[in-house]
Amino acid sequence: MQYNWNWGVLFQEPYYGWLLSGLRWTVLVTLGAWTIALMLGTAVGIARTWPNRAVRTLGAAYVEIFRNVPVLLQLFLWFYVLPELVPDGLGRWLKRDLPLPEFWTAVLCLGFYAASRVAEQVRSGIEALSRGQLQAALASGLTLPQAYRLVLLPIGFRLIVPPLTSEFLSIVRTSSVALTIGLLELTAQSRQIENYTFQGFESFAAATALYFGIALAATLLMHLIERRTAIAGMVGKGSLGGV
Amino acid sequence: MTGFDWGVIVRALPFLWDGMKVSLMLTGAGVLGGVLLGTVLAIMRLSPYRALSVAAAAYVTTFRSLPLILILFWFYFLVPLALGRPVGAFASAVIAFILFEAAYFGEIIRAGISSVRRGQLLAAKASGMTHLQALRLVVLPQAFRAMTPVMLTQSIVMFQDTSLVYVITLRDFMTVASIVAGRDGRVVELYTFAAVVYFVICFSASLAVRSLCRPAIA
Repeated sequence: MQYNWNWGVLFQEPYYGWLLSGLRWTVLVTLGAWTIALMLGTAVGIARTWPNRAVRTLGAAYVEIFRNVPVLLQLFLWFYVLPELVPDGLGRWLKRDLPLPEFWTAVLCLGFYAASRVAEQVRSGIEALSRGQLQAALASGLTLPQAYRLVLLPIGFRLIVPPLTSEFLSIVRTSSVALTIGLLELTAQSRQIENYTFQGFESFAAATALYFGIALAATLLMHLIERRTAIAGMVGKGSLGGV
Repeated sequence: MTGFDWGVIVRALPFLWDGMKVSLMLTGAGVLGGVLLGTVLAIMRLSPYRALSVAAAAYVTTFRSLPLILILFWFYFLVPLALGRPVGAFASAVIAFILFEAAYFGEIIRAGISSVRRGQLLAAKASGMTHLQALRLVVLPQAFRAMTPVMLTQSIVMFQDTSLVYVITLRDFMTVASIVAGRDGRVVELYTFAAVVYFVICFSASLAVRSLCRPAIA
């Protein structure tokens, strides 16, 4: 096996800058998508446990649709197909005037996709609570929305911090699909450096190390959140997390 | 937008079917290789020898922290270099999928093995079996039964993940759909059709998994 090592290439301009810019886009897409996923995923997760059957079915339909189509194809539907299907004016705006189209499309697509996964975690968090919690909340005079807001969600969310960490990291990884619509995120930049310099080892190793770095930082942060939000006497750290 | 043109899909059907065969072959190879290697990883992780369990844990953590696309790029670049000759996208994709899926299947299998009561292993050994015999004849058959639903679900996820070979221009179903979409200028038709096909396959497969596994859970 012949290979000319040159780790220095990673610290040369422009390649150094490319990696940092790629890292920045990966982080930005992930944070944007995570914001959507948390809000929409919570709504869908609540819908899946709501007493009304029609609402539950709608929630289930959302999850099944977004879980059973490959995320790459979902991205193409948002990017290429949606502008053709909406009314002309909006379609033209999407195709011509939307600022940073690759970025916002990736954020929306990954956010809607990840929401289906977050919804399943929220549902399992709510279902993990005993039915008595809801009944007691209702019996004490809370309305159903109040029971969710004041009792079920505050406890349920604490239970699902570890799986939510996994979902966050899954968005970090999945965000690399954005390179297919031209967003130069971390994976794309490492590929580009390989194409320009033929130093595949070094460039892919750099991307690998940066992904590890993101995962480590996110895990530490989530541990901190978990500890800060723990309720004394409740099931604690790790009792529901992971396999 | 002009009307929805079904003809373009009908004309492209043979080409799309060729792509679907590539997707299915990748899935099959990934599941088969992934389960085999994943079993080895799971046994290593549960092994009393620290070196083995640490090595397996490092492997699993590494592959699970990286985007599949980056792994496809890694192997597209590494495999020809390691072998000293070009091997084509399919071979490097198969290797990448097997190694990647092994990390995920390994964790599923580890959970399955852990769910078998310890007494089973002890009893098997007490009756004179070696450690490997006890694993093969007593523990693994029970573990595989317990984890079948999760493994099938992971296989469905993997079938969807094969669409990512688009990035190394291997002609799977997704890539073929995008080639036809670009060639004939029929983006809406082709991507909608591809989405429906993926949805029907994955949704009915997951319904089948659910109904197949219900008696086992109850």
